[in-house]
Amino acid sequence: MSHNLSDFVAQSVQTLPEALRLLAEPADPSLGPWRPLAGGTDLMVTLAAGTLPAGRYVDIWPLDELRGITVTDQAIELGALTTYTEIRQHAQLMTEFPLLGLAAKETGAIAIQNRGTIGGNIANASPAADTPPALLAYDAELELTSLSGVRTVAYSQFHSGYKQMDRRPGELITKVRLRRPPSDAPGRTVHYYRKVGTRAAQAISKVCLAAFARIDGARLLNIRLGLGSVAPTPLRCTRTESVLLSGPLDEALIRRAEATLAYECSPIDDVRSTSAYRRRVTLNLLRELLQQCRSDRRE
Amino acid sequence: MRLTLTVNGIERTCDVHPLARLLDVLRRDLSLPGTKEGCGEGECGACSVFVDGKLVNSCLVPAMQVAGRDIQTIEGVAPSAELLDRVQEAFLRHGGAQCGICTPGMILAAKALLAEHPQPTMAQVREGLGGNLCRCTGYTKIFESVIAAAALPAIPPSAQPSALEEAKR
Amino acid sequence: MKQPHELREASVIGTSPPRKEGVAKVTGKAVYIDDLPVAGALYGVTVRSRVARGHLRGITYHPGVPWEDFHVVTAADIPGENTIALLEKDQPCLADQRINHPEEAVVLLAHPDRELCERARRLCELHIEPLPTVFDLDESLDGEVRVWGDDNILKQFSIDKGNVAEALATAPIIVEGDYATGAQEQLYIEPQGMVALASPKHGITVWGSLQCPYYVHKALATLFGFPKERVRIIQCETGGGFGGKEEYPSMLAAHAALLAWKARRPVKMIYDRHEDMLATTKRHPSRTRIRSGHDESGKLLALDIDFRLDGGAYMTLSPVVLSRGGLHASGPYHCDHVRIRARAAATNHPPHGAFRGFGAPQSVFAIERHLDKVAAQLGIDGAELRRRNFLAPGQTMATGQVVRDEIDLPELLDRALTMSDYARKRTEFARLNAESASRGTPIRKGIGLASFMHGAGFTGSGERYLASVVAVDATPQGTVRIRASSTEIGQGKDTVFTQIAQDVLGLPSHMIEVVRPDTAEVPDSGPTVASRTVMVVGKLVQSACQELRRKLSEGGLLGESYTPTEFASACDIFHQLGGVLRVESQYQQPTGIEWDDKTYKGDAYATYAWAVYVAEVTVDLTTYETRVDRFWALQDAGKIIHPVMAAGQIEGGVAQGIGFALYEKVVWKEGRMQNAQMTNYIMPTSLDVPDILVEFDDRATRLGTPAAHGPRGAKGIGELPLDGSAPAVASAVQHATGVLCGAVPMTPEDLMQALEAAR
Ligand SMILES: Cc1cc2nc3c(=O)[nH]c(=O)nc-3n(C[C@H](O)[C@H](O)[C@H](O)COP(=O)(O)OP(=O)(O)OC[C@H]3O[C@@H](n4cnc5c(N)ncnc54)[C@H](O)[C@@H]3O)c2cc1C
Ligand code: FES
Ligand code: FES
Repeated sequence: MSHNLSDFVAQSVQTLPEALRLLAEPADPSLGPWRPLAGGTDLMVTLAAGTLPAGRYVDIWPLDELRGITVTDQAIELGALTTYTEIRQHAQLMTEFPLLGLAAKETGAIAIQNRGTIGGNIANASPAADTPPALLAYDAELELTSLSGVRTVAYSQFHSGYKQMDRRPGELITKVRLRRPPSDAPGRTVHYYRKVGTRAAQAISKVCLAAFARIDGARLLNIRLGLGSVAPTPLRCTRTESVLLSGPLDEALIRRAEATLAYECSPIDDVRSTSAYRRRVTLNLLRELLQQCRSDRRE
Repeated sequence: MRLTLTVNGIERTCDVHPLARLLDVLRRDLSLPGTKEGCGEGECGACSVFVDGKLVNSCLVPAMQVAGRDIQTIEGVAPSAELLDRVQEAFLRHGGAQCGICTPGMILAAKALLAEHPQPTMAQVREGLGGNLCRCTGYTKIFESVIAAAALPAIPPSAQPSALEEAKR
Repeated sequence: MKQPHELREASVIGTSPPRKEGVAKVTGKAVYIDDLPVAGALYGVTVRSRVARGHLRGITYHPGVPWEDFHVVTAADIPGENTIALLEKDQPCLADQRINHPEEAVVLLAHPDRELCERARRLCELHIEPLPTVFDLDESLDGEVRVWGDDNILKQFSIDKGNVAEALATAPIIVEGDYATGAQEQLYIEPQGMVALASPKHGITVWGSLQCPYYVHKALATLFGFPKERVRIIQCETGGGFGGKEEYPSMLAAHAALLAWKARRPVKMIYDRHEDMLATTKRHPSRTRIRSGHDESGKLLALDIDFRLDGGAYMTLSPVVLSRGGLHASGPYHCDHVRIRARAAATNHPPHGAFRGFGAPQSVFAIERHLDKVAAQLGIDGAELRRRNFLAPGQTMATGQVVRDEIDLPELLDRALTMSDYARKRTEFARLNAESASRGTPIRKGIGLASFMHGAGFTGSGERYLASVVAVDATPQGTVRIRASSTEIGQGKDTVFTQIAQDVLGLPSHMIEVVRPDTAEVPDSGPTVASRTVMVVGKLVQSACQELRRKLSEGGLLGESYTPTEFASACDIFHQLGGVLRVESQYQQPTGIEWDDKTYKGDAYATYAWAVYVAEVTVDLTTYETRVDRFWALQDAGKIIHPVMAAGQIEGGVAQGIGFALYEKVVWKEGRMQNAQMTNYIMPTSLDVPDILVEFDDRATRLGTPAAHGPRGAKGIGELPLDGSAPAVASAVQHATGVLCGAVPMTPEDLMQALEAAR
């Protein structure tokens, strides 16, 4: 308990426009701008630890318009306040985009999953967050809303540096959109997700790899790799992807891909793990994934 | 803010900061110290309570988000002063509590688990309790307690002699 | 004495009634220290040094809080001696001029507003001029930077048996190895806390989460310079201790009491998790070097052990931890030539302290890993090597103690091997691993074991010096009250004492009351540590109850057999006749136990619990993660009074041991813990702990000669499981990967490094 609540102002809102109006207010000279509070599973931890900047918080938890998962012909859309529990309970999402379900299942434990939201996970911008690799593997889009309107950004373009992102003042993340692939898309698909955490539950990732691939015989038709905990931001490994698409998936290509990935990631030493471990395991996971791609096993 | 909420079936009101932790509201403002604090960072689950029937870590829930909500804490688990809930009964009989500090949270997590999986497998028990740390038991007796609780009727028939009485004897 | 009639056939001993305080615990009604309502209490906080070592040059109270409303305590406010009295008076209660470790307490602040206290803590600046530091155990022993006494040595001794130098010189095979264990945080789920009340008339009263009321009592009497009766210590329900609430509570109680004394108001001090992890004691990190001599069959011919502990900045309990560690260092093995050199060195870490096992997990780890190293070198299976070296009754241990326990270790080993299907798995896994290696697949399986023993009760003459007392009285209504300072910390003391009393008195459980430890109400039965509560204090409960019964029957009030009602009326009449129905029982050292503190020769412990643990693991070479799949814990700890709680002790200890082996790493930087959060200090969750199969053997009772020292043949079990779990897991990891695994915790990062180094 090292916080001082008197330094904090908080207000609840009942509608999205109300929230957007507050967020659009100019920054208060001493308290700064309004910032969103969702499930609080990141915010309340930093508040208790005394590391949350004092300021003004708008509670968006009551906004039902940001809840729920909708399925259209083109996409499955998740409201920003969708919790991990809701993700896990959505059968169609779990079938079509299983990586997100796996990420949700391995996040914290039940009580965290009941409160933590996908919007919060993204906006908290931790490089160790567990849905971002999945979102990168599915090339998700974010919908950001402010008083001046709605904007869509590719999630792969969202994070620009450690805890930095393409969220403009006054904007709220309102939706996460996963485009449904055409049913006649060629090749067989591989969905791969592996979180290497500090333990089996309540674990922070030391490395996390999510991948989506289409493969036809010995060739990858398409592959997207999302990595967590090995760079200042969740990392889409486009260089490694290009190498993997450049020829048949043989040992030589795998080696080139490994070398590229070793270069593309930039892990660090911290209290949870070492840079050497993260790099080595990243490559081991890549190999495990590619072996899955090469094996005949259908996903 | 003036906060009104229902706790264990009773409407309660208090004045709190909107970002006050539900844990502190319960323990300090409403004098319900059964909910414990082990870490204050969402990690240990000792502070677990139900909000509208969902298991949460009360150390991470700001007061403003429980206005008008229905809260259940360990104090509201036993059906009456004379009876225990089947999960409590099973913890008592099977050694599910040692030092007891994780027990209130553990019992709520177990209840959430049994609501989701009435006849849970061992894997489901392990997963359901993954957010509740216990340093005393090595979890084994807690697993046994939960499995045993699943076999007991959800509402104990008052005729059944309970471990409560046995303990009193 | 005959049993009262109800119990003649079915004793409560060996049954598992619900825990005495269980209903309070499952309903949330049990009152822990932070639950205690205290009207008008102030909150107390501690200002601590960030620097590891230095001269305190000044304190600045920066503006930002109304300082005039705060109660501020520094070393200058201490009425008596500025020390936490325990073994030696080297540790101040509040640092005065010298700082010797990070998180050392310097200033105490109290205020009714908890948040303001926090703010004030940050506005109180300590000016410390740094001095050279030492954090490495062996650098400390080199003595270049002196941080404690003349040579940094908190305690040293050696145990000598036979002639090691000669035996090593002639042994055909010599094996050498270095082993290490890390600091481990007790991580009881209830952080430490105290409430203190001070009044000029009555002195000091403290309630708290603690294991040893009389330790706190002694510390406060010294700190305030008060006679004993002016200090009163009361235990609240305690949310786990594991040794972590053995000596540190004296510090926290002292702080709360000083603030209460200054403010003349009640003061509540509750640590948050971060402060608890940063400031309180941890398991001593250890290093052990072993040189052993063998013949071709693996038989131990000589054993030369150099055992070192990092004690941290002050002595606290290091000498006793070192003793237990040293005394367990040669394991349950027979060897004619043994030398154990044991040293505890001071560093600028916060003091390390008691943690379940108390030095033994460190030294047992070393000898067990060493035996696996020997086995690998000689090409003998680890189980077989152990069998060839086991101690047998009549043989002598390193101290010259003759084994008098009724043991048959080869039999115990066989049973553990059968339980775990060891032999088959050993071969099967080796084959599977070879196959996986040739196919380049990442999964490896391993099975390994450890055999070990743990001495019950205080080391050496400890129990004799303690001379513990238990009192028992009975009310006119026939309620028997057991008065002992032993604390209930989850281990089930209240329930087991009740069973012991029931066994003697033949009364139902509700007629037995176990009085809450309160120094004004209970005599000093010694601390709740060292696996001594059932064996030593339980025995006193038994004899006091026998005495009580004798008192009633001698007066002719009670027959050979009686009903509870008859017992109650006997008590009633006794009281009416003006009698005092209170008896005391004091520890008497059993005859035939000899111990010499100076030479470390003789009977180190009255008796031991003996065990063989087996672990089965899977290692995934993709991530270097080790999963313990199954665990078998077989022990002979004498008579088991409450099987459910005893198994619970073992399971909990095994889980802590698995944490010690694989997960729990304290990350240090300049003596300060860097991962002092539950998120980053990794204890096992329900998904990390394997199925644990616990079995007890009680050979002595089986053979009709129950062990003599505890009630009904009981020994101690509390610490035992910590000794063998980590080496069994490490042994299995070695089987799976070929990596010796000589240091724990063996995190995936460490295993990767070891595998790469081996390549
Ligand atoms: C014990 C524990 C275990 C955890 N385990 C995991 C884990 O395994 N994997 C993992 O990835 N994370 C984990 N977390 C972190 C956390 O639960 C997730 O990041 C969660 O998704 C955060 O969502 P929230 O709604 O609680 O966010 P909040 O705490 O409410 O907010 C987090 C941040 O996001 C901002 N924000 C929230 N919503 C929006 C929005 N719609 N638009 C713009 N900004 C917004 C807030 O301003 C704040 O900066 C864990 C946390 C705890 C306490
Ligand atoms: S106190 Fe809330 S999870 Fe530990
Ligand atoms: S019973 Fe002590 S922490 Fe679970």
